[in-house]
Formats: sequence, structure tokens, C-alpha cells
Amino acid sequence: MAIKVFLLLLFLSCSHSVFSIYQDQVGLMDWHQQYIGKVKHAVFHTQKAGRKRVVVSTEENVIASLDLRSGKIFWRHVLGADDAVDEIDIALGKYVITLSSEGSILRAWNLPDGQMVWETFLSGSSPSKSILFVPANLRGDKDNPILVYGNGCLHAVSSIDGEVVWNKELTVEGIDVQELIHPLGSDVIYAVGFGGLYQFDSCQLNAKNGELLRHEKAEFPGGFSGEISSVSSDTFVASDAAHSILVLISVRDGAINFQQTYISDLVQDFSGTAVLLPSKLTGIFSIKIDGFVVFVKVIDEGKLELVDKIDHGAAVSDALPISEGQQAFALIQHEGNKIQLTVKTGHDWDDDLVKEGIKMDCERGLVHKVFINNYIRRDMSHGFRALIVMEDHSLLLVQQGEIVWSREDGLASIIDVTTSELPVEKHGVSVAKVEQNLFEWLKGHVLKIKGTLMLASPDEVAEIQRIRLKSSEKSKMTRDHNGFRKLLIVLTRAGKLFALHTGDGRVVWSLLLNPLRESEECSSPIGLKIYQWQVPHHHAMDENPSVLVVGRCAHGLDAPGVLSVVDAYTGKEINSLGAVHSIVEVIPLPFTDSTEQRLHLLIDANQRAHLFPKTHEAISIIQREFANIYWYSVEADNGIIRGHVLKDNCILEVSDEYCFNTRDLWSIVFPSESEKIIATVTRKSNEAVHTQAKVMAEQDVMYKYVSKNLLFVANVLPKGIGKIGSVTPEESWLVVYLIDTVTGRILHRMTHHGSQGPVHAVLSENWVVYHYFNLKAHRYEMSVIEIYDQSRADNKDIWKLVLGKHNLTSPISSYSRPEVITKTQSYFFTHTVKTIAVTSTAKGITSKQLLIGTIGDQVLALDKRFLDPRRTVNPSQVEKEEGIIPLTDSLPIMPQSYVTHILKVEGLRGIVTVPAKLESTALVFTYGVDLFFTRIAPSRTYDSLTEDFSYALLLITIVALLAAIFVTWVWSERKELQEKWR
Amino acid sequence: MDKGKGVAMGRRWAVDFTDNSTAPSSRDIPDPPGFSRASADQDDSTVSRQKKDAESNWKAQKAWEVAQAPFKNLLMMGFMMWMAGSTVHLFSIGITFSALWQPISALQGVGKVFEPYKDSKVDLLGPKLLFIALNLGGLALGVWKLNTLGLLPTHASDWVSSLPPAQEVEHSGGGMPLH
Repeated sequence: MAIKVFLLLLFLSCSHSVFSIYQDQVGLMDWHQQYIGKVKHAVFHTQKAGRKRVVVSTEENVIASLDLRSGKIFWRHVLGADDAVDEIDIALGKYVITLSSEGSILRAWNLPDGQMVWETFLSGSSPSKSILFVPANLRGDKDNPILVYGNGCLHAVSSIDGEVVWNKELTVEGIDVQELIHPLGSDVIYAVGFGGLYQFDSCQLNAKNGELLRHEKAEFPGGFSGEISSVSSDTFVASDAAHSILVLISVRDGAINFQQTYISDLVQDFSGTAVLLPSKLTGIFSIKIDGFVVFVKVIDEGKLELVDKIDHGAAVSDALPISEGQQAFALIQHEGNKIQLTVKTGHDWDDDLVKEGIKMDCERGLVHKVFINNYIRRDMSHGFRALIVMEDHSLLLVQQGEIVWSREDGLASIIDVTTSELPVEKHGVSVAKVEQNLFEWLKGHVLKIKGTLMLASPDEVAEIQRIRLKSSEKSKMTRDHNGFRKLLIVLTRAGKLFALHTGDGRVVWSLLLNPLRESEECSSPIGLKIYQWQVPHHHAMDENPSVLVVGRCAHGLDAPGVLSVVDAYTGKEINSLGAVHSIVEVIPLPFTDSTEQRLHLLIDANQRAHLFPKTHEAISIIQREFANIYWYSVEADNGIIRGHVLKDNCILEVSDEYCFNTRDLWSIVFPSESEKIIATVTRKSNEAVHTQAKVMAEQDVMYKYVSKNLLFVANVLPKGIGKIGSVTPEESWLVVYLIDTVTGRILHRMTHHGSQGPVHAVLSENWVVYHYFNLKAHRYEMSVIEIYDQSRADNKDIWKLVLGKHNLTSPISSYSRPEVITKTQSYFFTHTVKTIAVTSTAKGITSKQLLIGTIGDQVLALDKRFLDPRRTVNPSQVEKEEGIIPLTDSLPIMPQSYVTHILKVEGLRGIVTVPAKLESTALVFTYGVDLFFTRIAPSRTYDSLTEDFSYALLLITIVALLAAIFVTWVWSERKELQEKWR
Repeated sequence: MDKGKGVAMGRRWAVDFTDNSTAPSSRDIPDPPGFSRASADQDDSTVSRQKKDAESNWKAQKAWEVAQAPFKNLLMMGFMMWMAGSTVHLFSIGITFSALWQPISALQGVGKVFEPYKDSKVDLLGPKLLFIALNLGGLALGVWKLNTLGLLPTHASDWVSSLPPAQEVEHSGGGMPLH
């Protein structure tokens, strides 16, 4: 009863709760980090510029201008997911030119502030290599057009306003252009490329109007592999189709000459294939031969000479013109925990301009890319700085043998997130610290009191704010009472694990996972997911928690899997299993062994289940529950959902008692001509549900159908799988299903006519909320389905309930086929949605909020009460009291309910909520190119005092009251005595 | 001397000339001739009996009055409750709890309330029963109010609202292939 009263009061107190914070609360419990991703191209802008900067484009489709002194972002633009940047350059000394979307969009951005100056769409007929050629224009007054080759068409675009001066379709001539050369001041543009497999083409075009002046062809009988590297303006190197011959091509006076050199003549004991590396050095080119990079110099008359042979882990920069006719390039090699940066001139291999050794954190892996830039020292000699992209996607600037700054840009490409608790605080450690800071503590509180009593001066207000923001309390490395401090363990695309502290977002440890690095067994490993492997509590308190990282050696489902277990406190790899069976699916089981290790079933491509960890204890646990373990597979391409059950041990060449055969139990086959699976959603396995009953108005009760084996499936007509608007409302529909994954029973099916995907959905407790597009109304819609267990509804006899004679808490089986009813409702919604999540709290008592990642890269918190199928236009008094909001056709969007307030999480991909120990509060981590973390209280913090509560004021009040009581007591005693003497 | 308190109250002092003793053996001197002890006795006793009757009547009347007192209270409480409405807030909760507390405390002190009217001749059972009944009525009113406020566990919902979800026998996992 007390709970009910409490909840009622609580509800009344927060019936208009929105998530909003005051201006001075920004940064108190949230943090925001900006990243850019792995750098693909970099252009330095250091000449005659007040602020030296480097403009980069990245694999996350970001263009950014970074401060060369500190690595901070001056400006940044995140292009769409399908708008990958192909090339960048700087034109006229003031515009950043980007070519994106496979050479079809050319944009110019203002260099100082990043505003877009112009944008040009370039059309072409057939996909091809995209090349951007910005003429070197040192004076910056004459308008030399930018040459762009993309989609088989050569365009000349004015760099001032982006107008297309002329264009020339080169596909018609049958050339696939690989290189563009436009000598400075010349009227002729040279384009070289391949026409088919065997033909080499060279064209000359008029730079003024694009007229084709000459076109030469020559056939090479060995065929070309498609790679080409220019050695000088008229000499090119290509490799033959078998990757064993280098072909030196020279184009002189309209004649094409081929000169062949066998790689085996150049390099001893050569076997396998050679890959030409794209580099723009004069007279030198490089080839990659299994494990080595070989530099070859072209001497006169087409002779080739091996210059150097270095280890595979090296990176070479492009050539940088440093003075008239002189070029420099950088070479980076690894030596233990150091990297060796060498800057060489193009003409003389043995002449090292710079040779520096730099200490490098081994968790950063190999050097992937290097870009160099020069500056003139005081003594007029050349100094060099190098921008280095590492294997973990981090970006470093190296100058004079030191790392000037580094950026952890791997965090821009997070694949999966999990959390871990921090260590428990050891008693007796922090006492001295407290005593030392007692004065500070008092001072802080006095300031706070001043602040509350509005006596503080502006300086003091600033001081109070500084103290609040820099509170060491929130970034401690120990567990706190409220469970706000945790470790966020994230896996990035580079195969690196980071542990971020939830207090301030700093990196606690990072680990480049060896199994997820390129190796001989694993050609292109990818990380897939992280699972909580060991969450110690109860009897295994001394153990550190650990996480399980699952990866795969290559793309494709049948590629061998990779497993790694990492300690969450120290960031050390405890155990790793490389190149095991394929891993298609990982099923965490609800059982743990005596050391609190969770049992997992790994399903391989042959539908065999492998138990992990491979211990006898795990076997004995699973034997006990053998008949109750099911799994299902969703084959989206075939439109089939299958249910399976464990059968018996596998029969392999080597007997393996941890491997089980499975047998098909049921299957749901969707008609392939009318339905295609586009989304499936299940409940989070660790979600806490407080109660199974839902109390309605008039004290009526409904029993929620709370099942972990519930699957939501959304299907559309195969035609309607494309973009919104590609089909008419009449030929498009959305069908949603709720399926029990143990028995394969379809609990609910509903069709939305005239609707289309993409569908974003979230399933929690007994409800699903999904978002889709309504073609008829031309608006997005959100629908809610709530599912109730009708078979329990007759549990209404109070005496039975009072005496506990009911079966509401006895274990239930899906095979009992409970009767269910559903309630649904739909609403219009304004935003395009990228992802939906729902808050989760420790006990599941607090009301829920939907966290909607909008197209504007913000997170909107929407009360679940708005998505209640019992909403009516005119709710009765009782229903109003219960909190039912009058029905409106669209969901309200309150500006205060943006969790991300003024910030944007660029390239938003996922939202993760983790319960804190405090029931009212949930932690929210949002990731994309940026990271954002905050904590939210969907029903306000009803169970704790606010952050700015002045304990000192409370203390002083209590002391003052006690003193007053004492004084008045003494006083009254005295008075009484006098009274008696009278 | 046993004297009715109510009658003795008005006097400062009294001398009792009557001799109530019936047995002559109480005195050494025999009764004078013609003196009939019995008749004198009779005379005296009629007076005192009258007094006693008046007293007990008065007591009974008072007791009934006391017993009926909660009725007014009941009416007032009812009015207050009607004023308070049926939503849960501070005022209605206060009223309801006082409505519950008053009868309970009154019932606890039933003996004390009727102490002054205790008399061997006065039958207090009736008033006591009425008093208890009226207070129980008040209590019932309070409970009814509590119920209208929805604070009594009289519905199934009150007993199941905190029942945790039932455990599931089967466990199933899986989904789309990891990519």
C-alpha cells in the first residue's frame, strides 16, 4: 500500500516531467567528445597562414580542418553515409575542394571557417576511378579550372564558382582513365588509362575546351592488372595481369613504348604476386611483394634498379616538392617499440634529410599512412613534420622526434559497447585525502551556501561552477554508491578495445586485440560484438570482471571466428582463441559457472552449437538444462525463421564433447513474393521487469505477457525495400509479427497498408514500439503494440491472492500456449529516426522513456506514456488520474526533452542505456562519429537529493536548531525557578 | 457511612442521627418499650432509597448522554469527509486518519468514559453498547473513506501489483547472423 501511495504521490509530483537541465548543469553529468575517424587524405595549409592547419578527409566521411599545433578541430563536416570522400585538395589557397560520391559531387569549402562556397553535381555514364586534379596555382589570381574525372567523364570546373567549363565523355573513346597530367601553364591535358584488359591508351585534350587532340593506343599481349603508377610526366609503370612482370610505359611524341622487366630479375627469390603501390614519386615507384615493400628506381632508357627492400610494416608518404625540382618523401619503419621516420629526397636514395626515432605506444599497432609537410627552419634548412595514421586509426603529429599531439580517432567507429563495474573502494585509503582537503571542502561548501543565499559575487559564482565541473568525485576509479561510475568498454572497427570512464570520458586503458589484427590466418579480421563474460558478484568477488570479444577472420559467414577474453580492470588479454570454427551467432545462456563465467553457445555455419567456456563444469550445467535450450535463426534473404533445439554431440574426426548437433523444430516461411524481412528485434536479455501486472483505472488488472523469447519481425513488400517514395501506397505494406521463438507460434500479426520501411523498433517488457513511413499520409508514424496474457486474467479472487494460493509466480512454459490479447495504437511522428532505444533501470520500477536518435544526430527522450494504446480522446477522470494523456494524432516533441541539449552526436549510430544502482536513474551512452554520455531520470530523481543540495546548510540549520532548543530550555528552567520562589 | 456522592456533595458536614443497625445486640442498652426498630428503619430507608433512585436515574441519564455523544461527532466527520473529496491529498488523508483514530482511541477508553456512572443499580451495558456501536460506525465511516480513496487492499490489483514476472522454463536466443 505504501508503495502505491508513494507511486501516486510520485506520479502527481512529476506529471509534467520533461528532461531538461539548467544552463549551469551542462557538463556536470554529461560529456561530449568529437572525433573524425581514420584519416584517408590530408592536405597541409601552412604557407603564409596565421593558423597552421591540416585538412583531412576520413573513412567516416568527415572533412575536418585541424589545428596543426594542438590537433583540435577548427571545423568539421560529416557527409552522409553514402557520400564517401574520394579526394581532397586546396584550391586558390582559400578553398578546400572535395570530390565525393564516386566522383559525382564536387564541393568547395571556405578554408578558415568551413562554410560551403559552392557545390557541383557531375554526371557521368559509367562508374570509374575518380580523380581530382587541382592545378598548382601559387599566385592564386588566375582561374585555372579544376579537372575532375569521375564516372567516365572528364570535367573542367571553375574553382571560383564551381561552374562546369567543359566536359568530355571519355568512356565513348573506350578509355578507363587512371592518371591525369596537366603540366603547369600548358594547354594540353594528358590522360592515360586502359582500354580493356590488353590496351593502353593515351589522350591529349585541349585544356581550353576539352577537345580531344590525339588518342593513341597500344596493345600489350600480357594484359594489365589495372594498377598504374606514374614515374614522370611521360613514363608510367604498370604490372601485367599475372602480377609478375613490370611494364614500363613511355609516351613520347605520340608513340607508346612498352618495356618489360620480370620482377624475379629485380628481386631475388620472388614468388607469389606483386602489388604496385600508388605513390607519386619522380623516378621511383614501390611494389609490395609478400611481406616486403620494394623500391625500384627507373634509370635512363627504361632500366629498372632495386633501391631498397624494407619490411612490410612500413609506410611511405607522397612526394612533397621542397624546392625547384626537388622532392622529398617520408618513410616510416618499425623498430621494436619505436618507429623510425626517414625523410629522403627523390633523386638520391642514400641522402636522408631527417632520420628520427620516435617512441610509440605498442597499443597503436603499425603505421598505416603518413603525410609530410615541410617548414623552413631559422637556419634556412628544411624541417619536416609528419602526420601519422596508425593501425588503431589514431592520428599523431610528429615533429623533431617528438609526438606533438595525438587523437584517438578510432573511437569514431565504435562497433559495440558493453559496461563493467569499477573496483570496490578499499577502506582506509581515502581518509588522509579527506583530511588534507578538509579546508578546501569547507571552503567549497561556504561558497555553495553563498551561492544558494544569492550572496556570491560573479567571480565566486564562476568558482562554484568550476568546483562543480571539476569534482574529482565523478572521475574516481572506484565504484560509487549510486552506480554512476562505470567503465564503458567499446570495440572499434580497428579491432581495438577502449575502456572509457563514465565520469569524464577519459580512456582508462586501451588494447589492440592481437586476434583482430591482420595475420596470415586472418586476412581481414573484423570485430563483431562484445559480451559480458564474467560479472563477479556474490562468491567470486575477488575476480576481476571480464568481457568476451567475438570476431571473424574475413567477411562472409563461414570465415573462421576469433574469440578473446579481456580483463575489464587492467585491459589485459586473459585468453584468446584464434581461427576456431565459424561463428554465425552467439547466444549468451542464462547460466553461470562457479566463477561467474557466463555460458555461451556459439553457432557455426553448419548449425552446430559450440559451448564456451570449454570446461567440464559448463558441460554438466548444460546437461541439466539440455532440453530447455532453443535457438532460432533468421534468414532475411530467404524470408524464413527457423527454430532449433540441441540434439546430441557432434560426430567429427576429433571427438568434441563441447559441440552439439541441432535439429530443426519449426520454421516460419514468409511468402517471398509479398513479404521480405527488414527488421527483427528482441528484448534485452538483462532487462529488469518489476511486475507482471498492469493496474488499470477502476482497479482492474491485466497481466503482461513478459517473455524473453519474444521476437518482433517487420516485413515489407519486396518492391518497397528501396527508398521512401519509390513505391505507391497501393503497392506497399508493412506486416509486423510477434513470434514466440521457442514454439514458433505467431502471437500477433498486423498489416499497415500503404506503409514502408525502414523500420526501427524497440521491444521492452510487454510492448514494442516501431517507427515506419506512412506513404498515404506522407508522414512518419510510430506504433505501439502491448501484449497481455489473457490466461491469467481470471486470477481475481482476493482471498486466493491474500493466501498466496495462485500460480502467478510458478515457472511457465511456452508450450502451455497462453492466450494473449494485444492493444495497439499509432501516432504520427515528425522526425526521421536513426535508432531507438529505451531506458533501463536497476529494478524496472521507474517509468520508461524512449530514446530516439533523430536524423539531426540528437537524442530525444519521449515518455512511454505518449505511446500508450489506452489513450483516448476524452479520458475519464479516473484515467486522467492514472496518467493517461488525451489522444492526439501526433507525438509531441518538446525542445526541452532533448537529452543531448545543444550538442550533436555526429553520425549517430547507436544508443546504449545502462541502469545505475539508483533506481530512478539510467546512464545513456550515444555513439557515432562523436561520443556523448549523460544520465537521465525518466521520473526525476525521486530517490536522491539533487547534486547542488547544500549539506553544509542542512548541518548549520540543525546545529542552530539544537542550540536554540538548549538555550530556550535553560531559559525556561530559570523562569520556572523564579516562579517557584515568588 | 455509605452515602451517595451526589447528595453529599452540597454539604459541608452532617451528623447522622439515624441508626441503621438492625440488630439490638449492637448496644448494651435494650430498646425502649414501644420502640420498634423496624419501623424506624423503614422510614429511613425510604428516604435514602428515594435519594438513591434519583441519583441512579441521573447517572443512567448521563451515561446515555455520554454514549450518544459520538453521534454528533459522526455527523461532523461525515461532513468533513464529504468536503474532503475522494482524491488522495494531504487534507483528505488527514481527515481520514483522524476519522480512523478518534473511534479507535475512544474504544480504547470505553471503561474510563463510563467510570463516573458506575453504580450497582445502573445498568451501563446499554449505553456502553451504544457508545461502542457508534464508535464502530465512525470507524466504519473512516474505513469506507479509506476505501473510496483507494487505499485499502480490496482489489486483486493490490495483491498482484508487485508480483515479479514468472520464470520461464525454456530459453531461446539467436537472431540474424552477426555481421
